[in-house]
Amino acid sequence: MSGHSVEEIRRETRVYILVFVALAVLTLVTVGVSYLHLSFGAAVGLALFIASIKGSLVAAFFMHLISERRLVYAVLILTMIFFVALILLPLGGYHDRLG
Amino acid sequence: MQIPYTVEPRPDTGLYNAKLGVWLFLASEVMLFGALFSALILLRTGATSWPHGYEVLNVPLATINTMVLITSSVSMVMSWAALRLGDFGKYRKWMGLTFLLGLIFMVIKTIEYAAKFEHHLYPSHDNFMATYFTLTGLHGLHVLGGMIVIAYLLGPGSKMWMTEPERYTNRVEVIGLYWHFVDLVWIFLFPTLYLL
Repeated sequence: MSGHSVEEIRRETRVYILVFVALAVLTLVTVGVSYLHLSFGAAVGLALFIASIKGSLVAAFFMHLISERRLVYAVLILTMIFFVALILLPLGGYHDRLG
Repeated sequence: MQIPYTVEPRPDTGLYNAKLGVWLFLASEVMLFGALFSALILLRTGATSWPHGYEVLNVPLATINTMVLITSSVSMVMSWAALRLGDFGKYRKWMGLTFLLGLIFMVIKTIEYAAKFEHHLYPSHDNFMATYFTLTGLHGLHVLGGMIVIAYLLGPGSKMWMTEPERYTNRVEVIGLYWHFVDLVWIFLFPTLYLL
């Protein structure tokens, strides 16, 4: 990253400001949606969908994953596989109890 | 003996060592918070009754804290950009603002905790309060840890800028990655605990 030109770095800072505005707006949308009193399933889905967009913006631009080395992606893909398994385990148990 | 690959990337990984190190550390952090989120799902889906976060917790304060943490992520990344442009004065201002925003986050969190304790709401009250204090407490400790590193980089650690500016810039990038991760965790904690 340090090899970037002055103009490139200045362009990046303008993107950071745009991402900040998007994150602030999405935070207000998240709070606004919670006042709609949707069904629990819809509320969870929508809240996590918005949080995922916000998280992706932070990871892609602030953590510059949009242009990272292949090894970092490999580490993160492996991590996400285990993370998803960790989250699905209790959900699987819940559906077992329902069934 | 000099520590290798603090500035130039290792030929086999394409990354300087601290950067690969922090990504591996963050991977372990994903699993740490993932385990707690998993426990929250297990407890919530297994409970006969579970309060809505907005009925028990202070949503306006948490919304302000979300904004504070998002702003601190921007100031962090701007501080790194300033260093890459060689502007140490501007870097200090942005990094100082990041520290201040971290402090504001912690003060608001303390106010929130104090209000809970006033109403005799402790972790032992129920599973909801237990998960709330565990998740936000662990997250708060991460903010505190980040603030300590930021204070070091602004204080005694800043001497490195005079002797090894590129290595110092890399240090700032690494703490930045950690700080953004802490922000990212809060982005998921906020709706999960406060709004559902």
